Amino acid sequence: MEARFLLGFLLLLSLSSFAFAIYEDQVGLADWHKRYIGKVKHAVFHTQKTGRRRVVVSTEENAIASLDLRTGDILWRHVLGKNDAVDQIGLSLGKYVLTLSSQGSVLRAWNLPDGQMVWETDLQISNPSNSFLHALGNVKSGRDSLSLVCNGGSIRAVSSIDGLVVWKKDLSVDGLKLKHVFQPPESDTIYAIGFIDSSLIALYHINAKTGELLKHATQASSVDLSSEISAISSDSLVALDTSRSNLLLIKFMAGTITNHKLPLSDIVQDFSGLAELIPTKSNDIFVVKTPSNVAFIKVKGDNEIELIGKADEAGIVSDSLTLSEEEQAFAVVHHSNNAISFQVRINGREALTEGIKIEDHRGHVKRVFLNNYVRTDKSHGFRALIVMEDESLLLMQQGEVVWSREDGLASISDAVVAELPVEKEGGVSVVEVEHTLLEWLKGHMLKLKGTLMLSTPDDMAAIQAMHLKSTERNKMTRDHNGFRKLIIVLTRSGKVYALHTGDGRIVWAHLLTPLLQSESCPSPSVLTLRNWRVPHRKALQENPSILLVGRCGAGPESHGFLFIVDSYSGKVLETQILDHSIAEVVPLPLADSSEQKLHLVIDDKLNAHLYPRGSDALEVFVREMANMYYYKVENAKEVIKGYAFKKGCSTGSSAYCFGTRELWSVVFPSDSERIVAAARRKINEVVHTQAKIMTNQDVMYKYISKNILFVATVSPKAAGGIGSAAPDEAWLVAYLIDTVTGRILHRVTHQGAQGPVHAVVSENWVVYHYFNLRAHRYEMTVIEIYDQSRADNKDVMKLVLGKHNLTAPITSYSRPEIATKSQSYFFTHSVKAIAVTTTARGITSKQILIGTIGDQVLALDKRYLDPRRTANPSQEEKEEGIIPLTDTLPIIPQSYVTHTRQVGDLRGIMSFPANLESTTHVFSYGIDLFYTRIAPSRTYDSLTDEFSYVLLLITVVVLIVAILVTWAMSQKKDLQEKWR
Amino acid sequence: MERSSALIGSIFLLISISCLINPISAAASGSGEGYSIAGRVKLDNFVTKGFGLGHSPKLSETKVILNGGQRTTFVRPDGYFSFHDVPAGTHLIEVSSIGYLFSPVRVDISARNPGKIQAALTENRRALNELVLEPMKDEQYYEIREPFSMLSLVKSPIGLMIGFMVLVMFVFPKMMDGVDPEEMRQAQEQMREHGIPSISNLVAGRS
Repeated sequence: MEARFLLGFLLLLSLSSFAFAIYEDQVGLADWHKRYIGKVKHAVFHTQKTGRRRVVVSTEENAIASLDLRTGDILWRHVLGKNDAVDQIGLSLGKYVLTLSSQGSVLRAWNLPDGQMVWETDLQISNPSNSFLHALGNVKSGRDSLSLVCNGGSIRAVSSIDGLVVWKKDLSVDGLKLKHVFQPPESDTIYAIGFIDSSLIALYHINAKTGELLKHATQASSVDLSSEISAISSDSLVALDTSRSNLLLIKFMAGTITNHKLPLSDIVQDFSGLAELIPTKSNDIFVVKTPSNVAFIKVKGDNEIELIGKADEAGIVSDSLTLSEEEQAFAVVHHSNNAISFQVRINGREALTEGIKIEDHRGHVKRVFLNNYVRTDKSHGFRALIVMEDESLLLMQQGEVVWSREDGLASISDAVVAELPVEKEGGVSVVEVEHTLLEWLKGHMLKLKGTLMLSTPDDMAAIQAMHLKSTERNKMTRDHNGFRKLIIVLTRSGKVYALHTGDGRIVWAHLLTPLLQSESCPSPSVLTLRNWRVPHRKALQENPSILLVGRCGAGPESHGFLFIVDSYSGKVLETQILDHSIAEVVPLPLADSSEQKLHLVIDDKLNAHLYPRGSDALEVFVREMANMYYYKVENAKEVIKGYAFKKGCSTGSSAYCFGTRELWSVVFPSDSERIVAAARRKINEVVHTQAKIMTNQDVMYKYISKNILFVATVSPKAAGGIGSAAPDEAWLVAYLIDTVTGRILHRVTHQGAQGPVHAVVSENWVVYHYFNLRAHRYEMTVIEIYDQSRADNKDVMKLVLGKHNLTAPITSYSRPEIATKSQSYFFTHSVKAIAVTTTARGITSKQILIGTIGDQVLALDKRYLDPRRTANPSQEEKEEGIIPLTDTLPIIPQSYVTHTRQVGDLRGIMSFPANLESTTHVFSYGIDLFYTRIAPSRTYDSLTDEFSYVLLLITVVVLIVAILVTWAMSQKKDLQEKWR
Repeated sequence: MERSSALIGSIFLLISISCLINPISAAASGSGEGYSIAGRVKLDNFVTKGFGLGHSPKLSETKVILNGGQRTTFVRPDGYFSFHDVPAGTHLIEVSSIGYLFSPVRVDISARNPGKIQAALTENRRALNELVLEPMKDEQYYEIREPFSMLSLVKSPIGLMIGFMVLVMFVFPKMMDGVDPEEMRQAQEQMREHGIPSISNLVAGRS
């Protein structure tokens, strides 16, 4: 199946239809889709006897989801908007999930079984405050059930059935922050307790049916109150003071408030440091977490308290779980080495301790949610949802991990591609061959049935299952076509995963930051990853490796660190804490003698540090230093600056440290332009030919420079979102800048346009997407750049005599004569991400991959974004494949590479080449992951998977039979002839 | 899909500072600058066929997006959706529902004339009297397999091979039959003299 490029190219030209599309039974053949939810921050269990056991969770990715408690599968999931963070979730009426989001201003109810939104209420809170309490405790009012939402000093009572605000009460007291609301059973009065400016305690009596304020009282507190409280019974609560070392016991009986200060050191002997209150629900018990232990404290009678239990190691404590009126259970979890100990305490007494082995790449426990079930012997069993440092979610029951979800993959921040190991020579057993042959035949029979539309739904399912577990695509070795690769991704938590392109499984995963955690590196966070060594020439037998760069603290001046990780196994080969900060990592197109790629790490003082450290690396770099340039886009200052490197740096005398010298700067007038987007070509993009043959047999030369930077600026008024600017005060300016000289190659202004701008640069063109305010539609513009200095190379005589400049290298040092062609089109959807397909040799035509607002990825042929399109193309132009000009780019549903799947909260699309020229890998990520392989010009260099070998076999057999039959017939006829 | 039929047919362009839910605050207009946009998504006229294995498009998966992602809301079982506290100006509403193509809608909220809201589809510039959003068309993400037909089989390279073979097997001998045996023998002798082996004869078994 070796690529026959020229032939393929001719074939390609003759093909009329370029559209990428798959049949329904091909789903799963090359693609996979994984759904995640992100780091869980709230969980509510729903474990009624009837129906499915499930847990409803909300996450830091603003997703809410219902998970099957048996398997961890997603039953339904919704991703809320970016600014719509979930504050609290709860269950209501046993059938609705309530979510409070956007800082307590939006309340939604979702149907528990299927996730359909039932109602949505905007609570119209004038100044949503960060610190608020929302008591979604159900308050009965007739047959309806009210949910109370408190925010600062206002209370809303919302009907659970239809979401109507039944009453609202603004207590209009400055500085009031309501802390707790409760309703004594069989009473129409609600008690609301709040703090005013951390010094006053206020109590309000409110009529539950009307919201009428019946009574209120305030009382000065003896200590400064912090915001942490714990309600311990129907008439008392415990608060923590601002020094976090004293407790305040507040009682409110019959409209009066009493408070009593209790130093923590009296209760817990060896108390020191800062305490934390764990929220509980009544029953006179509360939990205080101190740096060294967890204390369970019971309130007895008047102002007397007693320590009833203590867990000696400080762990993660769950919220309280009410087992019965008398019993409160808490889970305390701590982590040591590669095991976690899970302890359940009922009323402070230890009820259950389990040790569970856990993979050490999950890090520490971050959160725990406890749930119970009743065993057959009426005793309580416990299960717990555990959120780990790597954001994965585990369900633990009876000392075992029942299921785990790798939800860290919902927050991918960077990704690179690595090769798999080369297949080792070795014999394959005959049995295996026979087995696979049989499987192979069976598979093709099924496929044939599918092709002939004879397959039953069962067969269809069998075909899909076969696609998924096909051994060929999931092998752990490199294949000839380059279809099998590793996608190495970095997530927000700093965990690195290697995913197999065959089925998306995790080959290895490592949480690297705990390895570094020390005094010199207090809070390590990984910023980016790069290919460090790629198998190539001399290093063909060496394992490829990945470079991870991060910084030790939060600020830009904190020290950096780097890891080098083997990409086959994930083993850390090298760890280094750097003596300088990290602002940017610049990969260079150079490698040292052991094929390690050279990288420059730029620090915050604009010094460049060369890695790897080695004399030959230094030698290679110094030789090329005069041709190395660096540029920096400073969004805040509206400046782009270009730098050259010089020997000797400002901070040290290391030979690997280089200084920078400012060469040029482009300053945008800050009163009229703001930088909103910058894009450049992929550093490793391959271009097949510089020449472009026009319809009239004319040749145009593409201006192919690696140093083109596309920058878009908008007017300051248009820098906000859509709907904030009028057409006549908005404009967008697109620049093409040479990053070596700072020369502006091209500049174009779009009046009445605004961002957000998404751009992609490839070969000699740039495509960008923006919003046109005049038409109120999105637009896409293409700019193609041609080299005019080579335009007169068409004369054959000149070519013969050698008087041409075709062999002259393209250089940024000389002033290029360029010409641009440009065209704009409307585009229907908002865009979240944009990318372009890349192939191994750059011959195959390109497609632009557009991540739309609907979280789908559309592959749009570059032919639609061709400035040569005209309304009425001539016959010749039509033959060349120029599409008649339309004002809108077409959206062909079959060209969605994600077909019926959605990549929730799509953030990035990545395309990387396979060895087969026609094919490219597409990996898109958001909360979900989606991977597929596409062939922008169809697979002209190999037989498709669609090819029916069985049909071919049958034909051959039929032919042989036919030959035999005819031979027999002819024999007979001959004989007859002879008798005659 | 539950549907309260009493509500269908009324006008859904809510033009007030209030929300549907709380008419009291409407008069107060305390929160000031914000307006509400309310509308409805209608999917029921479109019956999708052959959409995919177990993927029937659901209203619960339908999102309504304001200004390219500034805000996102979901539709209720009856198709209604609303955005609150939207400032005056020109806005863009998009509907994302897998299986359907919706045109984005331009919504103008007049600042001078509070409460005047105009809406128009941006794709075909059609003005909407009420904010009822219907899909422009349903989207078929898969190529549809041609139903099995003899013609497609015949047209495939393998079919052509078989066809040619059949032709050679049955039609050529018939053609030979029409030829006078005497002439045939002469021709064959001539051929033998020239030494050209005849494939058709071989196949037809007339050597």
